[in-house]
Amino acid sequence: MTDASATVQATLPRPVTHTYVDDAPVLKVTGLSKRFGAGCSYCSDPEAKLERNICPVCGTVHAVRNVSLEVHPGEILGIVGESGSGKSTLMQCLYFDQDPTEGDMRVAAFDGGAENCFLVSRQQQRYIRDRIFGMVYQNPYLGLRMNFSSLSNIAEKQIAAGVRNVHQMVDRGEELLERVKIPLRRKQDPPRAFSGGMQQRVQIAKALSNEPPVLFLDEVTTGLDLSVQARVLDLILSLRRDLGVSMVVVSHDLGVIRLLADRTIVMLDGQVIEHGLTDQIMQDPQHAYTQELVYSLL
Amino acid sequence: MRKNYNFAFLDEGSKREIRRAILKGVAIPGYQVPFASREMPIGRGWGTGGLQLTLSCIGPDDTLKVIDQGSDASVNAVSIRGLVRETTGVETTTATQEATLIQSRHRIPERPLTRDQLLVLQVPTPEPLRTYEARETVTKRLHAEAEYTGAYLELFEQIVRYGTTTTGADHPVMVEGRYVMAPSPIPRYDNAKLDMAENLTLLGAGREKKIYAVPPYTHVESLAFDDYPFVTEEFEGAHCHRCGATGVYLTQTVDPATGEQIWMCSDTDYCDQRVEAASSASAAKGGDAR
Ligand SMILES: Nc1ncnc2c1ncn2[C@@H]1O[C@H](COP(=O)(O)OP(=O)(O)O)[C@@H](O)[C@H]1O
Ligand SMILES: [Mg+2]
Ligand SMILES: [Zn+2]
Repeated sequence: MTDASATVQATLPRPVTHTYVDDAPVLKVTGLSKRFGAGCSYCSDPEAKLERNICPVCGTVHAVRNVSLEVHPGEILGIVGESGSGKSTLMQCLYFDQDPTEGDMRVAAFDGGAENCFLVSRQQQRYIRDRIFGMVYQNPYLGLRMNFSSLSNIAEKQIAAGVRNVHQMVDRGEELLERVKIPLRRKQDPPRAFSGGMQQRVQIAKALSNEPPVLFLDEVTTGLDLSVQARVLDLILSLRRDLGVSMVVVSHDLGVIRLLADRTIVMLDGQVIEHGLTDQIMQDPQHAYTQELVYSLL
Repeated sequence: MRKNYNFAFLDEGSKREIRRAILKGVAIPGYQVPFASREMPIGRGWGTGGLQLTLSCIGPDDTLKVIDQGSDASVNAVSIRGLVRETTGVETTTATQEATLIQSRHRIPERPLTRDQLLVLQVPTPEPLRTYEARETVTKRLHAEAEYTGAYLELFEQIVRYGTTTTGADHPVMVEGRYVMAPSPIPRYDNAKLDMAENLTLLGAGREKKIYAVPPYTHVESLAFDDYPFVTEEFEGAHCHRCGATGVYLTQTVDPATGEQIWMCSDTDYCDQRVEAASSASAAKGGDAR
């Protein structure tokens, strides 16, 4: 694919066709699992039947079970599933907030995908987190320092990445606040004083501060009014269009996923039960659970 | 009465444990060493951390000076000095150059300390990352990984809010290029006195149960941004109303005689010695003239 066709494609309206898949992935995750609890001989078998995500023998919670995924340049990967299906735990493992029990993650922008980033040093993981990834948490209290100004919140990732120039960080912060449409007169205000929609937009600005090639968005629109939701979704689409950022977007709302994602993964009880092009999944869902999800949307 | 106490109040076992923590602190400059802070006959928050360091290090041949905000005469300094003298019988002094052990709160003496002098600073909040991160388990890991975004973020926040980082004492320092340390609430003016000092400085926080140290000839650098360099308090054009000193840390007071705002040396001993020297010089001059 030439650069010119890529540009045209990025600006075309949906539906997006799926030529990216052939490009080397920016992010490749294989066999990721996260348990809360020690596990036992029964549930260490990957085929073991659990009660939803809980081992009936030892009570261990298998929050994420053997999940694999790829994200390609400029692509939005959607992850949909009901509450408790393991979406947030998965995202927090990818962002190094939680240590996965098992798994392999390759990050092209770090080392060309040479090493499993779950096994590199803490310092290297910080490097990836601060310069290659951006994260927007479901709960803004996890993503923001509620008592620090919005500008400081945005600067934090730049400081972490080694920037020591105040003017540079203030300029970047103002530019990002404008991009996420927060009035500059509020730049000194702490997010504590903001509405939910504004807090999510500050989180997005913060996540973007170092121009990361990969963005994780966990339920960004959940709990927001419909009109506010629409504006945040627009913002996300504009980031892909203008910046070419690759994203993993998590939602329990298939409507949001349908609007944003090129490809979609459906999770249930910690496992991936279906994956494919979003349009395919919408038109021809295979798994009974996915069918239920899709029909309830119609 | 004095016989009821061990020398220097603390039992020898406690002193040994505190000295072990001190040695660890000296070996890892700027690193906060936890210790089992003892109950002291003064209230916590009144210098019990510094006091335990003093009592663990002091010997019968030491000469002690205690200051609070630069003054030997403040109530706090007087009571700590009294307690140590009562339980050790050591000599005390107000003259910085005569002291072998100086316990202080909020100041480092103006006269440069020497290799034969030990400075003990009282610390209320030893953790420079505390307002950034409330959990001790997390701040410990941040220090272990030398991850000091939080310290810079606080300075950045000050600039965003007030346009300057010059809002207070206890400005964080980088010690020997490794640990970020709270220098205790000394004025920014005093930060430079820690850098490559000839003396050993010990810092103790009683309530927070932490000891840390700046050994002699350690690099101590105040944190700053490229375009917002570290600056100390400014006293442009001001001089001490009493001794005429400039280039020292001054505090503002009201002249009781005139009601005017005036500046005075914060280090009262430094001021006294200058006044004395001036008067004996003029007396000597008077003698010559005769
Ligand atoms: N710290 C934890 N300890 C035990 N169980 C947890 C913990 N965090 C999450 N879980 C469980 O893991 C599962 C997945 O949770 P989560 O990732 O938050 O799901 P989702 O984001 O899809 O709603 C749930 O059953 C949840 O109760
Ligand atoms: Mg969730
Ligand atoms: Zn089990």
